Amino acid sequence: MVKTDILIIGAGPVGLFTVFEAGLLKMKCHLIDVLPKPGGQCSELYPKKPIYDIPGYPEILADELTSKLLEQCKQFEPGFTLGERAESLNRAEDGSFTVVTNKGTVHKAPVVVIAGGLGSFEPRKPNIPIIEKFENKGVNYFIQDPEIFRDKKVAIAGGGDSALDWTIILSEIASEVTLIHRSNEFRGALSSVEKVQELKDANRVKVKTSAQVVDLMGENHLESILIDQPNHTKEKIVVDYFLPLFGLLPKLGPISNWGLKIEKNAIKVNNSLDYQTNIQGVFAVGDVNTYPGKLKLILCGFHEATVMCQYAFKIINPEKKFLLKYTTVTGVNGFDGSSKSTPNSIVKKIQ
Amino acid sequence: MDNRTVKIYITDRSGLSHAIEAPTDMSMNLMEVIRSYELEDEGTVGICGGMSMCASCQCYIDSSHELKIPSQDEKLMLSEAFNIRESSRLSCQIFISHHLDGLRLTIAPAE
Repeated sequence: MVKTDILIIGAGPVGLFTVFEAGLLKMKCHLIDVLPKPGGQCSELYPKKPIYDIPGYPEILADELTSKLLEQCKQFEPGFTLGERAESLNRAEDGSFTVVTNKGTVHKAPVVVIAGGLGSFEPRKPNIPIIEKFENKGVNYFIQDPEIFRDKKVAIAGGGDSALDWTIILSEIASEVTLIHRSNEFRGALSSVEKVQELKDANRVKVKTSAQVVDLMGENHLESILIDQPNHTKEKIVVDYFLPLFGLLPKLGPISNWGLKIEKNAIKVNNSLDYQTNIQGVFAVGDVNTYPGKLKLILCGFHEATVMCQYAFKIINPEKKFLLKYTTVTGVNGFDGSSKSTPNSIVKKIQ
Repeated sequence: MDNRTVKIYITDRSGLSHAIEAPTDMSMNLMEVIRSYELEDEGTVGICGGMSMCASCQCYIDSSHELKIPSQDEKLMLSEAFNIRESSRLSCQIFISHHLDGLRLTIAPAE
């Protein structure tokens, strides 16, 4: 079981900055994110897009912002549960919360902060009516262990980085790889597109363009797929696995069943005080919350997280007196033993 | 009608039609117009913020207005979108201008 002071759901920019602000107040954080790496939308949706409205940065790429935030909060040694979705929230008798993920990891903390952006990223599933029947029986949206595809016949659908990358990786493992895309243009990195072209020319992978998967067949496990090609000619391909890799889209998901007040697909919070939700001890910051005048901007999330930490401190340390401190005055003392402070002024006499 | 607005007819996902006034002087795109009139639930249109990185703002153009041809990014996103038709466009890539007056469109189903 993971125990911490503040449990943060969502490791996007606002979740990461919460670790820093909480750290200044000597509270330890642990983050849960459904994505396998921190950064949230900045990593998943637009890592290479420049952001122009982060104060102090005239321009910064989204994935650079993520690395800077990770660097800034590193000294406060946050814990991470990545690749898992927070599934349930329960309050114990002592007032603390238990959050369990879809993989059964149990987390316990007196304060929960939801910094979940637009929700947890879920795979975009193609419109094939029968697809659910074959989920985990030949149809996978995520690849955790590529070894399960060893010497198997695999079809991959999609035209982005993930479809291209897995085509390249699986060409070494699977007995047969077919990449299917509705266009003949791919939106992945140029080097990946060229590599797939190379593999295709060497007959190591098959590429079906202007084609899409329209049906799946099999008894208990997927056995073959039907693709629709130009001029509506159909082709049946015998496969063991079908991997639709159409990227991920955020959905509010299980959070919406936690008894939180939801408005406009976001969690209602008290913005006049502490960004607390209707459940005492549960806060929501960043894009996931809503209140009159809400702006879904990273910089507004940073402010919300800072204010919220002051109130989280009061819950965690009800007896302690406390006054806001400035990092320019007190420096930053990390949990890892590191210490940063303003250098002393140099005093020199004028003779 | 204020000459800085155009009339646009939008059919939402539930099939309801709306005749709305869209400003031409606020550098808004159609996705933002749909959101500013709250024609769909917040968080279900324009998820990526208008970067052609998702297809949540996909719409079908129902009138014969001549629109700027889709950029490479838009084309590639549409090539991965679901519920696609000949008339599919990403509404975030269509900027409100005078020649859109009378435009008719339908918001594509949510994925």
